[in-house]
Formats: sequence, structure tokens, C-alpha cells
Amino acid sequence: MTDAAAGMGRAASDARKLDAAATGPMLAADGRPLKASLNRALRAQKLRALALIAPLLLFILVTFIAPIADMLFRSVENQIVSETLPRTVIALEDWQETSQLPGEDAYAALAYDFMEAAERREHTRVGSRLNYETTGMSSLFRQSGRGIDDVGEIYADQFVALNPAWEEPATWVALMASERWQDEAAEAETDAALPRFELAPGIAEALPETADAYRSFARTIMSEDEDDPRAEEPWNTVYLALYRDLLAGTGGYDGPQAAMLNEAAAAVPGFEAASVQAQFADINEDWADTEVWETIEAFSDPYTAGYFLAAIDMQLTPDGIEAQPEEQQLYILLFQRTIFMSLMITFSCILLGYPIAYLLSNLPMRTSNLLLILVLLPFWTSLLVRTSAWKVLLQQEGVINDILVWIGLVADDARLQLINNQLGTIIAMTHILLPFMILPLYSVMKTIPPSYVRAAKSLGATDWTAFWRVYFPQSVPGIGAGCILVFILAIGYYITPELVGGRTGTFISNRIAFHISSSLNWGLAAALGSILLALVLALYWLYDRIVGIDNVKLG
Amino acid sequence: MKLKTAMLLTTGAVIAVPALVLAEGHMSDSMTLVSWGGAYQTSQIRAYSDPYQEMNPGVEVIWDESSNEAVSRLRAMNEAGNVTWDLVDVEAADAIRLCDEGLAMEIDHDEVLAPAPDGTPASEDFGDLLVSDCFIPQIVFSTTFGYRTDQVPEGVAAPTGACDVFDLETYPGRRGLNRQPIANMEWALLCSGVAYEDVYDTLETEEGIAQAFAMLDTIKDETIWWSSAAEAIQLLADGEVFMASSFNGRLFSAIEEQGQPIGMAWDWQMFDIDGWVIPEGLPEDRLARVMDFLHFATDTQRLADQALYISYGPARASSAPLVGNHADLGIPMAPHMPTEPANAENTFVNNYEWWADYRDDLDSRFQAWLAQ
Repeated sequence: MTDAAAGMGRAASDARKLDAAATGPMLAADGRPLKASLNRALRAQKLRALALIAPLLLFILVTFIAPIADMLFRSVENQIVSETLPRTVIALEDWQETSQLPGEDAYAALAYDFMEAAERREHTRVGSRLNYETTGMSSLFRQSGRGIDDVGEIYADQFVALNPAWEEPATWVALMASERWQDEAAEAETDAALPRFELAPGIAEALPETADAYRSFARTIMSEDEDDPRAEEPWNTVYLALYRDLLAGTGGYDGPQAAMLNEAAAAVPGFEAASVQAQFADINEDWADTEVWETIEAFSDPYTAGYFLAAIDMQLTPDGIEAQPEEQQLYILLFQRTIFMSLMITFSCILLGYPIAYLLSNLPMRTSNLLLILVLLPFWTSLLVRTSAWKVLLQQEGVINDILVWIGLVADDARLQLINNQLGTIIAMTHILLPFMILPLYSVMKTIPPSYVRAAKSLGATDWTAFWRVYFPQSVPGIGAGCILVFILAIGYYITPELVGGRTGTFISNRIAFHISSSLNWGLAAALGSILLALVLALYWLYDRIVGIDNVKLG
Repeated sequence: MKLKTAMLLTTGAVIAVPALVLAEGHMSDSMTLVSWGGAYQTSQIRAYSDPYQEMNPGVEVIWDESSNEAVSRLRAMNEAGNVTWDLVDVEAADAIRLCDEGLAMEIDHDEVLAPAPDGTPASEDFGDLLVSDCFIPQIVFSTTFGYRTDQVPEGVAAPTGACDVFDLETYPGRRGLNRQPIANMEWALLCSGVAYEDVYDTLETEEGIAQAFAMLDTIKDETIWWSSAAEAIQLLADGEVFMASSFNGRLFSAIEEQGQPIGMAWDWQMFDIDGWVIPEGLPEDRLARVMDFLHFATDTQRLADQALYISYGPARASSAPLVGNHADLGIPMAPHMPTEPANAENTFVNNYEWWADYRDDLDSRFQAWLAQ
């Protein structure tokens, strides 16, 4: 005893001595500091673990997270306007007087943009995009794509009348293209091998709009049609640009074709003129309507809150954010309805599922297995089949109504409406989602020892008290898990409400599906989806605060 | 192209053969055609692709039944840069949308399609049905009304058309209507007294829209709103509704093939067109195959053949005289065609261009009206 105590005392003092002696860090067997060595081992272990889950992680990232992120991004993305009509968007920046039409510069910018967009077949996409905001944009853009060729024709004719060389592609190439591009183009064997078009130095300063319009022309026809600018007469909008530039002077240009240019500059003031605005109004009078321009301006930013506003029944107008007229408000109502009905379905599932799960976990194994199969059988049946079966049962000429009429509970001409309304959706979806409530409940109830209830009863509790004070609290984690499963599944449901919901029993997801597959308004669909996601997360957070997420068990 | 033209001239080939057909060596051996499934797709297989495969053994034709989601799928394929479909059957309104979005290919109808047997160019033979540069019409169908013959009240004449839907006094009972504004808005206006020519002008005004909704309000609660045409037939067959709108071909098969007690009410039927679009961005060999097939499958005889299997009118004027008896039932098909004069006394032609503009706006109003 004393020996042992003395030994321990010696060991402790030895350790102290050792501590005092070794001022450096503790070393591992290989002489490295123990801490670093341990860290390294841990890191290697973590890396190995990461490598093990890497395939799954990558798979989820690529096939799940990335597409969802992309979809959510669409709810604010609006680059199509500024990318297709870049010059117009810049020109509209200093358009303040929105009660008046924008100036000629904006119309000219639109002409250049529109010509290029029409050649690339992108103008109709902008039209469709803007048609979500203002009715009529779709056909305005489609029609203008056919008429845009005529804008500037009046000047093209006059330039050619002045000097037929203006019609020659070679004139334009000599004036506009850099020598390097001309040399490289001369070596190209096919049209497809032409180098990317380059402007001659100095021309952009002398004739800014013309140079820009010609470059847009040359690059577009090369990339779209594999045409050669040296063989194609420029678009009429290039002549429009030339006219506008020459009116402002040539800035002392003395490069190639200077003589021809000076001749034209001298003649231009005498040209018959037509405002670009009038030429656009000739294509479609809506171009002389400020509403069209206001829409373009309101949606010219590369990112927009417009989709989110539309998703909560608001709209972005040039005067700011406004509520939609009452007869067009839809989405708030649908969100409320979706949440209300999902909650109803969840509660019905608890009411119906709890007794079944209780039976399942308390009956003898043989009976409970049979019952479990009965629960799972519909679970394995196709969703569409089950939904259609509900139609057969619930419709007014259906089985349930027939029976009710037969036993005289309802009159033949007052059959109950059980489907194509909210009731129908709630009934059918409760049935479809019931297994998601029963299964977690069952697996939790399975783990509750029957002896607890017996003990409670032997201590004098009534059946109800034993159940309510002893059994029920232990089954709450199962209810929690079932509720989360059922509610989250219900809130995004789509097929069943579509088939049995009629006009009052449809969900927000039915509108999302419509915008994805029919109206192609993916931005609005993404905004609605994002809001739905945010709602689910918010409700989850609320649930965590009230019930506690630790209090959820799947078994 | 120049080379091909030269080949044409030297071989003395017939001018009508489109130049692309000559690219025989580069044609793909298989193609994926997308359609609506059901009896309609069967009619296409029997009239178009079976004879084509007989002529071209070794060509594999894969049929996909995804037309109802064609617009979104094509957009997704286009964005992913991997278009797996070669030819897609869509309604005209969707063809316009696909064309606008740059998802369908613009074609020159006279160059790609066969002329009529008498030499009329394709563009004239199809006439006004060429509603978009990307669209190759196949059939004219109509959305029209069927009613339960056993539920017509005694002493009352059977309903004859769309306006009887709004007449709850004469014809009590529930109705089945499509859950979207197209056709319903027009019928509502027509039946509340707006002249045919003024319908779309009226629908552009707030008062016109209000008038249409007021008319629809009278039957709103008596109506079951369907979202797929098959649902409408089921509602009629089960006696859930007295009258329902559906596609005339579906009603035909319910009446003639299944023997349901359903009658047709043709007045103010809404004409609509269905046809092909070629997805944008096909590789050359597949495009050549599709063009070859298209040239064959949309000629006068083939379009007339399709009417042997389903009661939709061929889109070419030159096909109409060739329409014969139903291939299985043996009954003459002409009286069941929406274009038959007796059925087409009052018809409504869907104004696609107008709907392309107003669809987004009116649809949200219509859904809001429905939900409230």
C-alpha cells in the first residue's frame, strides 16, 4: 500500500521533471512534433473520407444542385434585352421625359440593333420576353423583323444614285476593313475560313455609327450565313448610319475612299430625309407609342425583380412598383391555398394514420404484416391509377354518390360534389400520402416498450391517461417526421390536383408547370419556385423552433 | 447548292425534287418523330411512316409520345446543345412560339414540300394554314361540342352548337370546358351577341373581356374544367356532364368506335391546325433524312391517307377529294370531317397571331377568374 503510494508519487514527480526538462513540443516516434503528426493523420483520414463520398458529392452537385441554382438564377436574369438591343439600352439611358417619345438617336440605335437581331433571329425572343410584361410586343417584334430591311432604304437609294460605287461591296471593304483583315481574307480558301472582321484604324473616329453598323453587318453575315462581306451589299441600316454620320461631318478623314466620302458629305444635306421614327412607325404604328419604349426601358437591366414581383401579384411599371389590378391577382391566392390545403392534408393524414400505425405496431406479427402489406399496396400502385380511381369513386355519377342515393341519404338531383374541388384534392392526396405518415409513425411506435403503458396502468392510470401521458409523448417524434414528409411532399404536388382539383383545388405547382411547359415563362416559374422553396424553409425553421428538429425520428 | 443544281441538270432529274433529297449518301439511318400518342399517332404511323419504311428499308423510325411537352423539352434540348428529336408534331400556336424562340427551323415551303399533283405549289395548296415560317400543317381539327343524347330534355330539340352551352334553361346539366381562355372567350362573346368579325377586336378592350367573363360566369359553377381532351370524353362517357367541348376526332372515336350515346354539336366549332416543326440545329445527315421524310409524308396522297384512320381533315386543299372510307369501320369519313359543309356552316378560325400576343395576359386573367 505504502509502496504503491510511494510509487505513484514518484511517477508524478518524474512526469513533472520530464515536463520541465522537455521545453520543446512532444515528439512522435519518427521525431516530428506529435501535434503535427496527429494533424497529418487526421487530414489524411478526412481526405480519404472525402474521396469516398466524392462520386456521390459530384453527382449531386452536377445533377441536382447546379440545375437548381441555374433555375433559381433565371428568376432574376434578364440579359436578353441588354444583349440583343445593346445600343438601344445605352441610348435610352438619357431618356428622362417618358411622356414623350425618345429622340432620333434612340430610334437609330434600335434600327442597328434590330437589324442584327433579325438577322440572327433573336428579335422574336426579345418580343416573347417583353410580351410577358406588355401585351402586343410579341407580334410587334415579329412584324418588325420582316420590315426592318426597309429602314434606311431611302438613303441607300440616294447614295447609290449619287455614286453607283456605294452599292459595291468592294467600296465598303476598302473603306471599313483593316489592311490586315483584307490580307488575311484574301488568303482564306472558303467563306467559312474568313478571319473575324476588323475595322480600319481611324474609321471609327471619323464615322462612328457607320463603322459600328458595318462591323455588326460584316460579323453577323459571316457567322450566321457564312457569307463574305466582300461580296455582299451592306444592310440599309448601314446607309442610314452613313447619312447620320456625314450630316455631322467626317472629322477630316483622309484614309481610303476619302474623295468619295467627301463627295457624299457634300451632297447629304440635300438628300430627301425621313426620320427614323417615321420609318419605324411605317412598319408598325406601335413604335410611336411611349408604352413600348417604357417597357423596353423598364426591362433593360440585366437583372430584374420583375419576375418576383409578378409572382406576388405586383408589377414593375415605369412609375415604380404597383399592385396588379384585382381581377388579375392570382399567385398570392394560390400560395395561400397551397399552404392551407397542404396543412389540411397533413392533419387528415395524422388523424387517419395514427390509429393504423398504432394497430400495426401492437397487433401480433402475422396480422400486422398483412396490414402492412395493405398499407404498402397502394404505395406501389401508379399514382395516375390511384388518382383516376378516385375520380371513378367520387364523381357525381360515381360509386359513392350512387350508394348514397341508393340508401336514400341524398336525393338523386342533389348528388354531393366530392371531386373537382378542394375536397377532392384533399381526399385523393390524403390517401396518396398516407403511407408517408404511417411508416415513420409505425417505426417509432415499434420502439415504444409496451411495458411502460402496463406500468402506468398498474400504478392506477386509466386507459386514456396511460395513453395520453405515457404512450403519446413517446410517439411524437414519429408524428413530427410524418408531418414533415407529408407536408413537404404535398406542397409541391402537381398531378393529383391537376386531375381532381377542378378550379378551386389546384396548387401553385400547377401554375409553375404551366409556365415551364406551356407559356415558356421560365423566369416567372423560377420565381414562383424560389418563393415556394423559401416558404418551405421558413416553415421548417418554424417547426424547428416549436417542436425541435432533434425531436424527429424515423425509427 | 450550286453543285447540286448542276447535278440536277446533268442527270435530267425532275425539277420538283428538292435539292436536299439528292444528298442521299449523307442521310442518317434513323429518325425520332414526336407526336401525341393514341389514335392520332397510330394514324400517322399507318399513313406516313409505315409506307416510308417500306420504300426505304433499313431506316429506323422511333416514335416518341411527348408532344404535349414539346415546347419545354425543345427549349431544354436547345439549351443543352443536344437535340435528340428530328421532327415534332405540335399545334399551330406552339409552332409560332417555337419559331419565335428560335427553337424551330424556318423553311421554304415550296422548296421542301411536294407540289399538288396538278402542279400547284405547296404554299398555295396549304394556303392560309401556313401560319408560321416554321410550320408544316398536316391536319385541320376542331374543338367542338359533344352532348349526351340520352340526357336531352323531352320535347326539346338536340343542341346544335357552342351557344347551347350557355343555355342552362333549355339544357340543364353540367358542362365540360377546357381550362384555358382560348376558344372559351370567343364562344362567350359570340353567344352574347358579338358579331364574328368583331370578336377579337372586342376581346382587346376591357369591356369586351368583362363581357366574356360575365357570360362565362353564368355557367361557371355548372362547369367541370378539364385540362386534357381525354378527360372531356371520360366526363361525357360517364354521364358526368351533359355537354363538353373536345377535339372532334376524340368525339368521333367515342361515338363511332366505342358506341357511346353522344351526339355532335358542330355550330361554331373552333378550327385549329396541327403539323410538324423541325427542331433548330440538326446535324446535316439527320436534317437530310427528315427533309426526305417530310417531302413524302406531307404530299397530297399521304395526307388524304391519314384521314382513313382518324376524322381530322387533311391540311392540303388537293387532299380533300381523295378522302375515302374509314379503314377499319368502313364508314365514309367525309361527313365526320370538320370541313364538311354541313358541319362547317358556322366555324371559327383560331387567330394565332392574335393569341400569340394576348395569350400571356388573358391566360393569367382567366386563371385568376377561375380561381376566385
